[in-house]
Amino acid sequence: MSDMEETEGAEGPVAPHRVIGTPPPSPRLLGSTAVAEHREPAEPAMADDEEVAGVPHNVGLAPDDPKMVVHGQRAERVVATCFTLAFFTGCAFVAAYVGIGVGTVDKTLRSNLGLGTTLAATLLLLGTGALIWVRHLMPNVELTEERHDLRSDDADRQGFQEVFKEGTGYSQFVKRPLIRRTLMLGTLPLLAAPIVLLRDSGPKPGTSLRHTVWSPGRRLLVYGTNQPITPADFSAPGSMISIVPDGYQDNDDDLTKAAVVLIKFRPGELDIPTRTQGSTLVGTMNWTVDNIVAYSKICTHVGCPVGLYEQTTHHLLCPCHQSTFDAAKGAEVIFGPAARPLPQLPLTTDSSGYLVAKSDFNEPVGPSFWERG
Amino acid sequence: MSDTDFDVPKALSGTGSFLDDRFHGARGLRVLMRKVFPDHWSFMLGEIALWSFVILLLTGTFLSLFFVPSMNQVTYHGTYVKLDGIRMSEAYQSALNITFDVRGGLLIRQIHHWAADLFMAALIIHMLRIFFTGAYRKPREINWLIGIGLFTLGLLEGLFGYSLPDDQLSGAGLRIFEGALQGIPIVGTYLAFFLFGGPFPGHDIVPRMYIIHVLLIPGILLALISAHLFIMFHQKHTQMPGKGNTEKNVNGQPFFPYFMAKGGAWFFFIFGALVLLATFATINPIQLYGPYSPVAISSASQPDFYMGILEGSLRVMPAWEINFLGHTLSLSVLIPFALPLGIVLGGAALWPFFEQWATGDKSFHNINDRPRNAPARTATGVAAMTFYGVLWAEGANDVIADKLQIPLYTITWIARVMVFVGPALGYLITKRICLGLQRKDAAELLHGYESGIIRQLPNGEFIEVHQPVNEEKRAVLEAKPVPALLPGRGSADENGVPSPGSRGALGWARGVANRAFAETVPVEANGHGDGHHGNGHEVEAGAEHAAVGSAPAGSGHGQLPAGDAAEEEPREGG
Repeated sequence: MSDMEETEGAEGPVAPHRVIGTPPPSPRLLGSTAVAEHREPAEPAMADDEEVAGVPHNVGLAPDDPKMVVHGQRAERVVATCFTLAFFTGCAFVAAYVGIGVGTVDKTLRSNLGLGTTLAATLLLLGTGALIWVRHLMPNVELTEERHDLRSDDADRQGFQEVFKEGTGYSQFVKRPLIRRTLMLGTLPLLAAPIVLLRDSGPKPGTSLRHTVWSPGRRLLVYGTNQPITPADFSAPGSMISIVPDGYQDNDDDLTKAAVVLIKFRPGELDIPTRTQGSTLVGTMNWTVDNIVAYSKICTHVGCPVGLYEQTTHHLLCPCHQSTFDAAKGAEVIFGPAARPLPQLPLTTDSSGYLVAKSDFNEPVGPSFWERG
Repeated sequence: MSDTDFDVPKALSGTGSFLDDRFHGARGLRVLMRKVFPDHWSFMLGEIALWSFVILLLTGTFLSLFFVPSMNQVTYHGTYVKLDGIRMSEAYQSALNITFDVRGGLLIRQIHHWAADLFMAALIIHMLRIFFTGAYRKPREINWLIGIGLFTLGLLEGLFGYSLPDDQLSGAGLRIFEGALQGIPIVGTYLAFFLFGGPFPGHDIVPRMYIIHVLLIPGILLALISAHLFIMFHQKHTQMPGKGNTEKNVNGQPFFPYFMAKGGAWFFFIFGALVLLATFATINPIQLYGPYSPVAISSASQPDFYMGILEGSLRVMPAWEINFLGHTLSLSVLIPFALPLGIVLGGAALWPFFEQWATGDKSFHNINDRPRNAPARTATGVAAMTFYGVLWAEGANDVIADKLQIPLYTITWIARVMVFVGPALGYLITKRICLGLQRKDAAELLHGYESGIIRQLPNGEFIEVHQPVNEEKRAVLEAKPVPALLPGRGSADENGVPSPGSRGALGWARGVANRAFAETVPVEANGHGDGHHGNGHEVEAGAEHAAVGSAPAGSGHGQLPAGDAAEEEPREGG
């Protein structure tokens, strides 16, 4: 403090460590009040400052009211207890981190419990302490702040307008339309740049959505075991299994389109109407083998796998949005938002007796798209 | 010792001086410390969202240290032996490692997920509070729009966030997102291929979502939140009607130390509650879902709750696909994907401007409305909530069908009807409730409240004594705006010229909307001649006791001058 008083005021004695000609250091912000009083009579602190609200006034009991003193002492003890406990639970958190390892599911659960309870306790104790502090120790003050018009007053608006017009005048922006227009022209291609630059983020769709990897003679593998299947292996009527194409069982990109469900019917139950699109055959009884039919597993709504099958009604149900298809009748839509039947995969058997595709699907699988036609 | 009689430690005062010498901060900080924060429980809702966001940043940073945003296929041989030998992406593997091999990883991952849900929930409830109290009105429309932007971005941020672990559940969600993209006319297929780097799922989507999730959207969110807070700070808080609260002041407690301490405590409480949830309530157990496979699906797949409206919209929509000039237009994807959220969010964005247009009220509003005092607005809000709620519940129709043993299709059909009927009913019922509450307010102000004291008159009759309401309550009841009626259709001003705003179909619509907004039960101050509030126009004696209903144009019921009513600014006075 004594340093500061020495250097106080431009006319005062110059401190030896200060280079001549440099201004003296100002008194410290938040320094002793004695220093502030030393200075020239201060301007009234608030009068010129419209932004600052008035002085807060206590609306509760006075702080020196005996009731408040007792109350305050008790609150102080509670707050201090909260904070002290928070210290210990915080330490326990660190101890739990060091002491309880992970590496098995049980250990992970114990670690989670230990870390979680100690961390939650620490946070809640700190919060509780702070809340009791503010509600029971700080005087209950209220403050009224005046609102001012958000709109600038006319003089300011006028002034702004003048400066703006002046600057615009200097810039010649209005006077020289050639510059103005060529500037706009020059920046135009830049606006398209971000879109152009994103072009290489992926290939064009081309016709890839129209085809899958199914091809004549490709074997059907059971999803999960990846084993080929014969009609005799799949002889229990009413069952449904998921199928992936041989050679692509680990390729998610291809499986997204090529996943298939295989359903076995009792004789006479299966009645697939012949469906055509234009001149292309897309559904027929001829594509079944031994009352076994294969449909695309990808829902024609937005592409979820159609995973639920109800034996008694032959309904295939998509669990995402409940599009329902009648598997016995060419997977026509019975309910829900899907607009088209599930495409049928033409089936046959190869020389070894395994189920194989006769060809690819004759129509695009999965959700509709603009170019589908 | 006085509370202010102490020396500030040198470390603080020295640093303060150092900074002020360089930044001129004392003046600004003085204003900040005295900033008034009105106290109302509902003002904490936005804070929940703010603190959740802070917690999301903290926990998200931790997770990013261990998460590997890669779709390279690996075979798992880790701690979670149930998935041993299973083919999965590196992203899923690293999420498993965070869960089982990083100390505190499971806890932080669950805090992060719970905090995201809390963030969205708090945004919704905060927005409802703003809507129902009319706090979005001039001059706060921009902040309302920023809020809607925050919500929309939050949806996308949440979708990308929970899709990162590449588990079975979120993969199915992503597939739905991709399928919906494909449904967009003309550019949809290209959009999907560019975003996913080829056919679904490809190898690019996880790293791309990762950078969008951890940098791009949080950056925009942070900027918007800063702008939101700055604008709120600059325009000052609204306040609820009450004694001493006027359009020209703000009453409350100063930021330093009151609000700082309360806000800090609130942060600790929210963080603590999230940690408790994360400790005791499992969320998104990806190890149970397994890695994504396009062939597999589980029943009762549910997205996070804020996606429920999209999911429900997709489920409620009947099949509808048309061929448009040789192209497929998948309306049963397009409509649910865009329309319901578009109606709710777009409607919310336009609402402040619609209200200004319909009421002709372009004045500043710093005192909030009690919801009952704005029946048309409150009823519209409830209608929107019903619309949203029906679709949201329909998003869980399979779970409802399972738990309540109601056929699935029945639930969908109920939702198909209720999505239209529900909002209409919600509007009508809410409006009647609001007007009923207004009538109760009017009676309470005029006759006093029911004191519970029963007295017997000399003739033997029992009556209940009514006592006048106290000052605070009176201030709340009397702070009721009188909505202004625009000139009626075809009515002429003093020069015989019909108001231009009242002509044509638009003028007719404006008249309808205006009358809906103006429907009110007038309150009469008990024996005080100056008790009329609102825009300062004297209410004529005949109109005061008029029952519910909009007075016909020209009856003097808060009548604006004909002619340029739209431009007239009903200044707060009276």
